[in-house]
Amino acid sequence: MNFAISNLLPVLPEVFVLTMACVILIADLLIRQSGRMATYLLVQLTLLGCSLIIVGTHENGVVYAFHDMVVDDLMSDVLKLLTCLALSMMLVYSRQYLTARDLFTGEFMVLVLFALLGMMVMISANHFLTLYLGLELLSLSLYTIVALQRDSSVAIEASMKYFVLGALASSLLLYGMSMLYGATGALQLSVVSQAIQSGAADKNLLVFGLVFMVSGLAFKLGVVPFHMWVPDVYQGAPTAITMLIGSAPKLAAFAFAARILAEGLQPLVQHWSGMLIILAIASMALGNISAIAQTNLKRMFAYSTITHMGFLLLGLLSGNTEGYGASMFYVVVYALMSLGAFGMIMLLSRADGFEADTLNDFKGLSRRSPWLAFLMLLLMFSMAGVPPTVGFYAKFSVLNAVVQAGHIWLAVVAVLFSLIGAFYYLRIVKLMYFDAPESHAAITFEQDTVLLMSANGLGVLLLGLLPSKLMSVCAVAVQQSLLLH
Amino acid sequence: MIHESNLLSLLIFLPVLGAAIIGLAPRNDGWSRWIALAFTLLVFVVSLPLWFSFDTASHEMQFVTRVSWIPAFNINYAVGVDGISVLLVLLTTLITPLCVLCSWKAIDTRVKEYMMALLVMEAALIGVFVSLDLFLFFVFWEAELIPMFLIIGVWGGQRRVYAALKFFLYTMTGSLPMLVAILALYYTGGETFDIRELSKGAYSATFQFWVFWAFFLAFAIKVPMFPFHTWLPDAHVEAPTAGSVMLASVMLKLGTYGFLRFSLPMAPDASHAFAPIILALSLIAIIWGSYMALVQTDLKKLVAYSSVGHMGFVTLGIFVFNSQGIEGAILQMVNHGITTGALFLCVGIIYERTHSRLILDCSGLRMTVPIYVTLLAIFSFASFGLPGTNSFVGEFLVLVGTFKSNLLAGAISIGGVVLTVAYMLWMLQRIVWGEHSREEGVVVADLNGREIATLVPLLVLVFWIGFNPEPFLDRIRASVKHVVSEMSSVRGVNNIEGHNDVVHPPLPDRRAQHAVVNTAAADRAPADSCRAPPCQISNWDRKQTL
Repeated sequence: MNFAISNLLPVLPEVFVLTMACVILIADLLIRQSGRMATYLLVQLTLLGCSLIIVGTHENGVVYAFHDMVVDDLMSDVLKLLTCLALSMMLVYSRQYLTARDLFTGEFMVLVLFALLGMMVMISANHFLTLYLGLELLSLSLYTIVALQRDSSVAIEASMKYFVLGALASSLLLYGMSMLYGATGALQLSVVSQAIQSGAADKNLLVFGLVFMVSGLAFKLGVVPFHMWVPDVYQGAPTAITMLIGSAPKLAAFAFAARILAEGLQPLVQHWSGMLIILAIASMALGNISAIAQTNLKRMFAYSTITHMGFLLLGLLSGNTEGYGASMFYVVVYALMSLGAFGMIMLLSRADGFEADTLNDFKGLSRRSPWLAFLMLLLMFSMAGVPPTVGFYAKFSVLNAVVQAGHIWLAVVAVLFSLIGAFYYLRIVKLMYFDAPESHAAITFEQDTVLLMSANGLGVLLLGLLPSKLMSVCAVAVQQSLLLH
Repeated sequence: MIHESNLLSLLIFLPVLGAAIIGLAPRNDGWSRWIALAFTLLVFVVSLPLWFSFDTASHEMQFVTRVSWIPAFNINYAVGVDGISVLLVLLTTLITPLCVLCSWKAIDTRVKEYMMALLVMEAALIGVFVSLDLFLFFVFWEAELIPMFLIIGVWGGQRRVYAALKFFLYTMTGSLPMLVAILALYYTGGETFDIRELSKGAYSATFQFWVFWAFFLAFAIKVPMFPFHTWLPDAHVEAPTAGSVMLASVMLKLGTYGFLRFSLPMAPDASHAFAPIILALSLIAIIWGSYMALVQTDLKKLVAYSSVGHMGFVTLGIFVFNSQGIEGAILQMVNHGITTGALFLCVGIIYERTHSRLILDCSGLRMTVPIYVTLLAIFSFASFGLPGTNSFVGEFLVLVGTFKSNLLAGAISIGGVVLTVAYMLWMLQRIVWGEHSREEGVVVADLNGREIATLVPLLVLVFWIGFNPEPFLDRIRASVKHVVSEMSSVRGVNNIEGHNDVVHPPLPDRRAQHAVVNTAAADRAPADSCRAPPCQISNWDRKQTL
């Protein structure tokens, strides 16, 4: 195949991000700590540029590159755009917080860009090796970012746990991939799928490989019983970094799961959907019930993440386009809510190192700042899935797919666990509105943070009133991308 | 002049606009109050065409608007009213300004947020009554929880947090199974959320069974029916006066409205099959609620338990499936909204003065507050259904309907009526003529102009419905007839109606449809082919042939 610059078009966003990451890495050496704002702006510009390139190079249909190693389709474009947006929001939210804790460094921002690159590779992968490559790039960046706060033993412990368990998960995934390779002789998703469909592959080997793959995936998503790292990492990492872990990578994780299960292993759907049912129910049960017992907000959100990921699996396991579309919608909505919730913790945290990460710190917020309390109320009701916030539509579309797939009992179970979940979200509202504040310290914040927070909170409401656009974007993206193979 | 089809949307969005304006206006308690009052009065005025231009001869939906909302799931923003909902919408628009008025002085902290919550709640409640799309209905049904949760939790009494959480979680428990049932209906009924379409469909017995009980849980908790009523006394006692009024006058009606709008038309066979259970629970509610009211020392609790009993009459009327019963039930929903709302207002007024809701602390008002005592007495009489007051008409119709279908149930419910008289009179006797319990020199002021203005509209309605219920029943009748004819065509035999309305509307035969649906459940035949040709036979003839 002749090399032509046009062959690079589908991966131009990735190329751009990589280049910019390297440039910023060098440029940052020349910038003093006081001028860190310049680095920050450069990173924001990179994210903007990357988004523009994604939009500019968008083509209808599915485009492959590098011998079908990567794919550029509507789903990847939408998810990459949202990833850029999520990271950009994360940076705005965390600027003040990180500055106060001496974490607003060039390394942090370069690592964020590398994590972004990893996510983009994951989202666009069409080959087991590319998938793995992207995942490792993301994971290694995240391990390092968690450990950035060198003098905090909690953060180091969290990073260690994350690394050891993450490495285990990666090896499970690799092991599964090698088995599938042994059975089908292929690593490229569509070829794997065809090989399985032809019936020539050894069934036992396939199912063993599948089990390893699903376990690895479950580890990365943080669903029960592979969830042990989630609460510790969420609590141990500085809030800005928890936000980083809890938002954009979930988008990539969805793409990862969808590509493997819905594309590569679609012929084995009746095998993996059974496994996902168990994982989903266990996650919703354990996540919701454990979250009730938490007093630390970050830990509570960690358990709530476990639950949300269980819900995400519900959409995937229905095994139809509606289900995948619903899952994608769910994960996008989840990322939005999670950004807002962690953003709020950071807004309330103070420059002197005070962390507003316990439930008591939210007591009486409606008296200290009615507007912030109202935004948090919207976010919490959205997480609980109460209409007219967008969280309801996310849950609704997933339940819809589950009922359509014929698992009405599963929908009932999911609904009952959501009810338990509503309790601890409601408790935050209760603390904010019904209780007297413990501290009367003024809440100081930058204008841009509050603007973004308002947009985020009201966005949850507006998307709830007019959810149809985002829903159909997700549905169309999945339809165009996953079924064409 | 407002275009007819936009009227209901205006009723939903005007309060939201009002809330937004209060939110954007500077924090000033006076402004918040006046803006809220202006908007709620405006909404009431806008809603008046519902009374004057409502076509009483038709059971079809009127004032209909329909806009596509989420095309991917065939979800529409569709609103409209018929005889079942029109009075409830008017009740809501009437009660809300009164709630603003009664909170004028009683609420003095965070007035801005309070008024916003009240307005948003009005919008959501109207939305529930006028939704013609099941999904839209569910959105409003849930959305109305949030402001109520805040009103109880922020501006409530001592145990407000407990009461608010209990209220919210209880209601959620009921509504989530309903969500699953709604989804199941969506797929079984041909991928539509349109309530009118879904009501026409005929479903297999097993499917009806599940749908009926899923809906039942949601509605029974809302009504509340025995044994799901335990959240109600807590919520009522802890809520501020306006919260109690909204809760009693409007929110409880959501449950009974749901039975009429969904359970009966969508699961007719199941409704018939399980009617004995519902009747039994209604009778227990009547007797039990009245007994509990008898022993209460807290005025608000007394009225709360009386609500349980009164709502028992409503469910009783619905599940006897004849036109008297259902007409009575709908009228009784309105009546209960008026009298119980008024009683809660009265309790709130006395609480503002004595800072106690205990009967003991409020006793012996006698001649010190003559206007108050007069009004309290009238509303109490109205509550137990003295002839000439509104509840008499409603309860009488329900009792007639009950006796027609089930002598035993009628006899037992008469006992409930007697108990109602007993606790209301006893309460009055203690409050008005009881021992003087206040310290010397403590003066209880009589009603001021604002308070009188709050109560007079309700007073007028008490006697208007009491002496001339015809305009109200007239608006209900056509829709009730339609529901009853749909129901009786399912049952076929055993129709007690009959003699007076000889010519029946077209009778769809659902039994025959079941075969069609069962064999080809996945590919539902279009609704028209399911329907039997119109047959103009009287019920008497049907009885003979069957």
